[in-house]
Amino acid sequence: MNLKELTTLLRDCAGVDEGVDLDGDVLDVPFDELGYDSLAVLQVTGVIERDYKIQLSDDTVAEATTPRLLLEFINEQLGAAPVANAA
Amino acid sequence: MTTDLQTRTATAVFTGIGVTAPNGLGTEAWWRATLAGESGIRPVSRFDASGYPARLAGEVPGFEAADHIPSRLLPATDHMTRLALTAAKEAVEDSGADPAELPPHSAGVVTAASAGGFEYGQRELQALWGKGGQYVSAYQSYAWFYAVNTGQISIRHGLKGPSGVLVTEQAGGLDAVAQARRQLRKGSKLIVTGGVDGAICPWGWTAQLAGGRMTSVEDPARAYLPFAAEASGHVAGEGGAILVLEDAEAARARGARVYGRLAGYAATFDPAPGRGGEPGLRRAAELALDEASLAPSAVDVVFADAAGVPELDRQEADALTALFGPRGVPVTAPKTMTGRLNAGAASLDLAAALLSVRDAVIPPTVNVTAPAEGYALDLVTEARRGPVRTALVLARGRGGFNAAAVVTADD
Repeated sequence: MNLKELTTLLRDCAGVDEGVDLDGDVLDVPFDELGYDSLAVLQVTGVIERDYKIQLSDDTVAEATTPRLLLEFINEQLGAAPVANAA
Repeated sequence: MTTDLQTRTATAVFTGIGVTAPNGLGTEAWWRATLAGESGIRPVSRFDASGYPARLAGEVPGFEAADHIPSRLLPATDHMTRLALTAAKEAVEDSGADPAELPPHSAGVVTAASAGGFEYGQRELQALWGKGGQYVSAYQSYAWFYAVNTGQISIRHGLKGPSGVLVTEQAGGLDAVAQARRQLRKGSKLIVTGGVDGAICPWGWTAQLAGGRMTSVEDPARAYLPFAAEASGHVAGEGGAILVLEDAEAARARGARVYGRLAGYAATFDPAPGRGGEPGLRRAAELALDEASLAPSAVDVVFADAAGVPELDRQEADALTALFGPRGVPVTAPKTMTGRLNAGAASLDLAAALLSVRDAVIPPTVNVTAPAEGYALDLVTEARRGPVRTALVLARGRGGFNAAAVVTADD
């Protein structure tokens, strides 16, 4: 999964805060600065687990504080290459 | 110390109004429609009600959620919470207050609720049963919850002071405002209060039908006829009003426009079922007038609870006659244009009372041409011009709750 796929899912699952450009360079911007609280991250990880048929650890939401960290958890489970930036 | 508190905040005033109602989205649209006698009761459109014995509802017209609600909140909110947030924003803006400029923790939120976000809850429960837990939104954790409107309004407007939620069915729209006043007496400066409610979905309909008070009449002009000989129950609706209630001195200090005072309030319970005895509505009205130091003769209009169920209409008519004498006060029920809005109803009546004071006009009761024989009521069936300085708002909640509030002009 790349950043663009993740931000698309975030947009669909939890909307976008006014004044946040999800298409910008947000890979290392903390989720709370992007306007996403832990429930928003929980919602998007739940959808990813379901639709990608993976299981993320219970600590993922607490530990994955940026898009880069979340993508690392996801891609590890997907058995994919480490994070590539948005296409 | 108690005396200090009471003198400091003896007066609570209304400084902001926001409305989402079946006959108008936004305060001025709703008020215009209300004075013109325009009803918002129509066949249910939020779900297919053709298989249900009640097929009419009061639905807020022309509400496009994305036009009113930030995208971050759309996945997390039930329809009725979106209506509440829309009304709250209008009320706060109308008040001219900037919560950020108030002392920390001096502004809060107290709303009334009945069922919470039933439509959202039904959808997620259907996902749980039909597809499995992975299809249930994380936001279900609070979106269905009856306290959700208070929480979302608090977060959106930065109102970090005292908060709460009252659940007393139709009486809640007054009880919440009284609780807001208690918080002002304890030292808060401003409380966003009132109620916006709605559960026009199969689950909500099933729950309300079980109560046995919904009409099965299908003609929108003949369905909800409180105090009429043909009264057959009520139509349910969605919406309500959010109000800004402020400490009078704080409001004056910031030069706020004041709609009116909350001059009196009381709540009573009916006798336990089977006990007999007089219902508690008259006593609630008397206690509220006592607190306002007003005689019944000072009341210019009563906004009735108007159950639309013959036995309950009879009780209310008897209470009004006992207090005011036969045809002793103009009585109106603009909720004949919206249906009964549960926790939103009495707050919307408070908004109507405040605008009656502002505009010197009593809004009409529609579709009821005359009260049934034996009800000695002066029922207002066309908008009636004339000064309104004092209004009494009555509300009854299923289960024996009675509430009464007295609103007066602020001078």
